[in-house]
Amino acid sequence: MNWQRVKSDRRAALVAFVALGLLLAAAPFLVGAGLGNGWVRILDFTLLYVMLALGLNIVVGYAGLLDLGYVAFYAVGAYLYALLASPQFGLHLPVWLILPLGALVAGLFGMTLGAPTLRLRGDYLAIVTLGFGEIIRIFLNNLDAPVNITNGPQGINLIDPIALGGVSLSQSFSLFGMQVPGIYAYYYLFLALALLIVFISLRLQDSRIGRAWVAIREDEVAAEAMGINTRNVKLLAFAMGASFGGISGGLFAGFQGFVSPESFNLMESVMILCMVVLGGMGHIPGVILGAILLTVLPEALRYIGPLEQALFGRVVVDPADLRMLIFGLALIVVMIFRPAGLWPSKTRRREFDSEPSVLEHEQEALYDASR
Amino acid sequence: MDIFLQQLINGLVLGSVYALIALGYTMVYGILELINFAHGEVVMIGAMVTLAVVNALMASGVDLPGVVVVAGGVLVAVPVCMALGFAIERVAYRPLRRAPRLAPLITAIGVSIVLQNVAMIIWGRSYISFPPILPATRHDIAGAGVTDLQIFIFLLALVLMAGLVLLVQKTRIGRGMRATAQAPEIAGLMGVNVNAVISFTFILGSALAAIAGVMVSAYYGIAHYYMGFLLGLKAFTAAVLGGIGNIAGAMLGGLLLGVIESMAAGYIGDITGGFLGSHYQDVFAFFVLIGVLVFRPSGLLGERVAERP
Repeated sequence: MNWQRVKSDRRAALVAFVALGLLLAAAPFLVGAGLGNGWVRILDFTLLYVMLALGLNIVVGYAGLLDLGYVAFYAVGAYLYALLASPQFGLHLPVWLILPLGALVAGLFGMTLGAPTLRLRGDYLAIVTLGFGEIIRIFLNNLDAPVNITNGPQGINLIDPIALGGVSLSQSFSLFGMQVPGIYAYYYLFLALALLIVFISLRLQDSRIGRAWVAIREDEVAAEAMGINTRNVKLLAFAMGASFGGISGGLFAGFQGFVSPESFNLMESVMILCMVVLGGMGHIPGVILGAILLTVLPEALRYIGPLEQALFGRVVVDPADLRMLIFGLALIVVMIFRPAGLWPSKTRRREFDSEPSVLEHEQEALYDASR
Repeated sequence: MDIFLQQLINGLVLGSVYALIALGYTMVYGILELINFAHGEVVMIGAMVTLAVVNALMASGVDLPGVVVVAGGVLVAVPVCMALGFAIERVAYRPLRRAPRLAPLITAIGVSIVLQNVAMIIWGRSYISFPPILPATRHDIAGAGVTDLQIFIFLLALVLMAGLVLLVQKTRIGRGMRATAQAPEIAGLMGVNVNAVISFTFILGSALAAIAGVMVSAYYGIAHYYMGFLLGLKAFTAAVLGGIGNIAGAMLGGLLLGVIESMAAGYIGDITGGFLGSHYQDVFAFFVLIGVLVFRPSGLLGERVAERP
């Protein structure tokens, strides 16, 4: 390669990196000024979903274990935070104690799910994990009697906001003489943690463990033959993905101040899985793109109401109803035209774009013959 | 003892409905090795269309016996669902037949979401009640009650299942289905129109799903745009319990799951000393599912399939 080009490439990368950093740092102020503070809140949620999607990406994207109950770990983290820092039990533990504890407990739940299902793959695993997620949700919904633990369907209220060094993030702070609401502070906390998770994911990808996961995803029998302890490596994937979910759950509870079983239904798991698959499984920028798109799009689709008003003179269909419809259609369309996701990694794209193998050729011929 | 008999009867009736839906899962899985996640939504559409027709007929003031009105609804719902099943396969599964396995799963989820929301936009978010036009005469059997409707649901389900078995075993298209399930490529070489067989399987499963949807909404007296999800999940559990891909297994699994669930609902309070109430009923399907997949992934009557990637 030309030495000059390497140098200019590096410079371009540096410039892009600095620009991205500045953009991320200024984002809440830009968004807040342009679209209002409601959108800064959406930005916070986007970062939460980025963390969740990256956690699930470890399980689904790297290790190829299809998990449809991921939201259960999110729920475990959120409820742990809610129980340990709210008037429910009168406990108000500090956040730096709860978050690691949440990661640990969620990780244990992940292993509990992983251990009995090690033999299962593909759709079967998806269904079992789905069942697991529903079981957790039903228990959260019903553990209010005879001993009240989760407060049942009402959920837990008045959860302590996240506090850093004794300063609660929910209060507004002043910056250069400007009063800035707490959602901005949450943005920076979430951004820092999301970047940490991105960093961990990147390091994992090229590590021994990450390569073992990919080996299992591609061919489990071959991986085992090469000396990979598939059982431990799979359990580790479940535990790690789950602990990221647990941390995100804790952040969610502190940010929201309220948790109820409703937030942890199957649709939520499906949404996170869609972020991973739609963006590009196993490819970190793709997964982040998926998370951003799927969090922001449904919100943006709320603007369909005024659009309908302008087009038809009245609101024909409630935009809240329409946005899920459009979301469902988008899932179908994207998968049909880009089954590898919107932004697949280079290796995966190669796999999809390469000439069909001899076997596939034959199958195609057979299907054609049968038409 | 009469609780036992009562729950057995309730369980068998419910289970026969699960079995009808489970057949749709199992037939598709047998042929395509694909879990049709959108099947539960077809059940829901069947119930909703029937109810819409029934309610429209009632509102228009026609003076027909209730059974005829419901039959009219079914006559509309079944073709609608057949067309829907055909369309689902054509749009969401056929283009992805050779794509990685996650892709059809996501399109299936997309189809579910679309159907749910279309139903919600058309029929609203609230529960739609089934007009009390079917005779609800109770018969007393050894201290347990059974209604005409329950008997009818159970018998109709049995007749439909028997018909399906005959169709698969005796007819030409049934032979095509079995051949395609064995080896699609070879079946194609032998002159079976594989695509037509797959379409037919979806149409057949959807017709059964539509009837099952009517049964459920008539039995519980309500329908709702979200009812398909849990029903589909339970029916899928039934299919797995019996051995997915196996038609007899789906029937056995359906009946068994219905009975397990009813028994659990009837006795859970006593067993746990009132700690867990009957609202944990839905948990049992999932525990059964996990238990079966962990200890006997092939199901009761199935062959080993769980290791398939």
